[in-house]
Amino acid sequence: MNDALLSVRNLSVSFSTYGQTAEVLKDVSLDVPARSQIALVGESGSGKTVTMKAIMGLLHHPPATITGGQIFYDGRDLLTMPARERLKLRGTAMSMVFQDPMSSLNPVFTIGDQMGTILKYADRRLGRSRGKVERMARVHEVLGQVRMRDPERVTRSYPIMLSGGMRQRVLIAMALLSEPKLLIADEPGTALDVTTQAQILKLLKDLVEERGLALMMITHNLGVVRETSSYVYVMNKGVVVEHRPTAELFASPADPYTKALIGAVPRLTGGSGFGRAGAAA
Amino acid sequence: MEFLLFLIRRIAWSLLVLVGLSMVIFAIARVVPGDPARMALGPTATQEQVQDLREKLGLNRPIVEQYGLFVAGLARGDLGRSLLTERPVNDDIRDTFSATFELVIATIILAFVFGVPLGVAAARWKDRWPDNLVRVLAIFSAVTPSFFLALLLQILAGYVLHILPTTGRLPANMEFTANITGLLTVDGLLKGRIDVVLEALRYLLLPAVALAAATMGQIARITRSSMIDVSSQDYIEASRAFGVPEPIRVFKYMLRPSFVPPLTILGLEFASLIGNAFVVELVFAWPGMAAYGIRTILQKDLNAVMGVVMVSGVFFVIVNLVIDVLVGFVDPRVRIRGSR
Repeated sequence: MNDALLSVRNLSVSFSTYGQTAEVLKDVSLDVPARSQIALVGESGSGKTVTMKAIMGLLHHPPATITGGQIFYDGRDLLTMPARERLKLRGTAMSMVFQDPMSSLNPVFTIGDQMGTILKYADRRLGRSRGKVERMARVHEVLGQVRMRDPERVTRSYPIMLSGGMRQRVLIAMALLSEPKLLIADEPGTALDVTTQAQILKLLKDLVEERGLALMMITHNLGVVRETSSYVYVMNKGVVVEHRPTAELFASPADPYTKALIGAVPRLTGGSGFGRAGAAA
Repeated sequence: MEFLLFLIRRIAWSLLVLVGLSMVIFAIARVVPGDPARMALGPTATQEQVQDLREKLGLNRPIVEQYGLFVAGLARGDLGRSLLTERPVNDDIRDTFSATFELVIATIILAFVFGVPLGVAAARWKDRWPDNLVRVLAIFSAVTPSFFLALLLQILAGYVLHILPTTGRLPANMEFTANITGLLTVDGLLKGRIDVVLEALRYLLLPAVALAAATMGQIARITRSSMIDVSSQDYIEASRAFGVPEPIRVFKYMLRPSFVPPLTILGLEFASLIGNAFVVELVFAWPGMAAYGIRTILQKDLNAVMGVVMVSGVFFVIVNLVIDVLVGFVDPRVRIRGSR
């Protein structure tokens, strides 16, 4: 136990389907100190999404079983606290930014309706009450914070009426509604074009720094790791294979898997990898 | 404004469909073997009598002229005379349509009110006992012919338990004329005759259940698969991560996007029941248009057949128009794309 905002200790998760059991997380430990920006990187199937879902309490049981470990938030173990207590934290103290802006918003309700509903039940869990008008005021305020130009128009819109970049901003705004201390971002912007993604990452970083949030960035993209984090955990096959400050990792990767991962980044000039030359450029 | 344009386009299109329908049904009615005049007069009539009637009906004129007369009548709202009942077809249809309409509405309400919640329950407890129960129920209701169910209900509720009436729309000794809408329940309410409403509902129950079972099973299955589809969408997982409680997730975030397929099925069923209700109508001696239609087809009563088909066609077109509007209301994507 330490003083990190989020601390995962020796977390093990297995999935069982049709009588077969697969261990997808083995003794995963990681720390997210308050106001820090860390990244969790690995290829598809490395266990980063399962780690995130376990932290958020989104795993479906069955097929998933948490076979061991603890997840401390603010010093309290999420896995042993009563379900009601844990529900109070979800979407409020810790919140998620979803990956795909095209599919993460309900197509048949307006943005205002969806954000209002999230806020309404977050308030209810926290024992606060806010009228409809106040709720919409808060929604408009947060949409303004994610640099949305016309919040009133956005709240009246259906997702289909907004661009991908705007929808991603809405997803960020949704996560910020109840002023969380920890943001878990699941590869935000990967579904967008590179320019828009860069804007989104910049926005996210600015927001996190402005309001002193802790950010856990989950990604397979080493470029994103470099842009957004100061400390990085590398995962492979359900195990954390290496963790160190981001700059150090890129300068001298120690684990063979990390080396391979860095080596796999395509370069326009031929060859591959970030390397020292790439870092200097 | 855009919506109005959409409606006008749809109505124009529907009129075209109806013109096509009138041609097809006109042609079919004349290709089917058998002489309507001979069938109406019976085997003892003389050749001259048959010839006379043929001339009276205009059957000896060229086919194009016959069609012209038929369309002219249609435009005046006159469907001609029925050979079977020897009354204007308009009157026959007016008297029988409301009975079928009331039955079909009751059927649709039953199918919807039970089908949708069953589908939701099956999806919510997928692969557990509620789901299995609903699946078995849906298959049984879909494969049981409506006449079999009708007879079964009649025997059980009518003859064994004596709790529900088995034939007709109202008790024979009840004095009531439904001359506002033709629907006994609605007219009963409008005239403040609660006794009539209650009796009418009692008489409606068995035929409506017999007719609703298959549709209900279909609605339950479609709702189930549609809900399961939606439940694995990212936005449902997202609403879970944001802490939206489960009842809201299921009944708001999942049900509404799942609603278009059951609604579409419902529209198609609604319209096809108008014609297909005849089996149940015959079993329950329900004085409906579907049964009337079958009797006139067997008699080759041309005017009546075409009248019934045209009325069914108009009804089909109207119901589907209403469903299109509802779909646009349920799913804004349809509305927004449609208006562009």
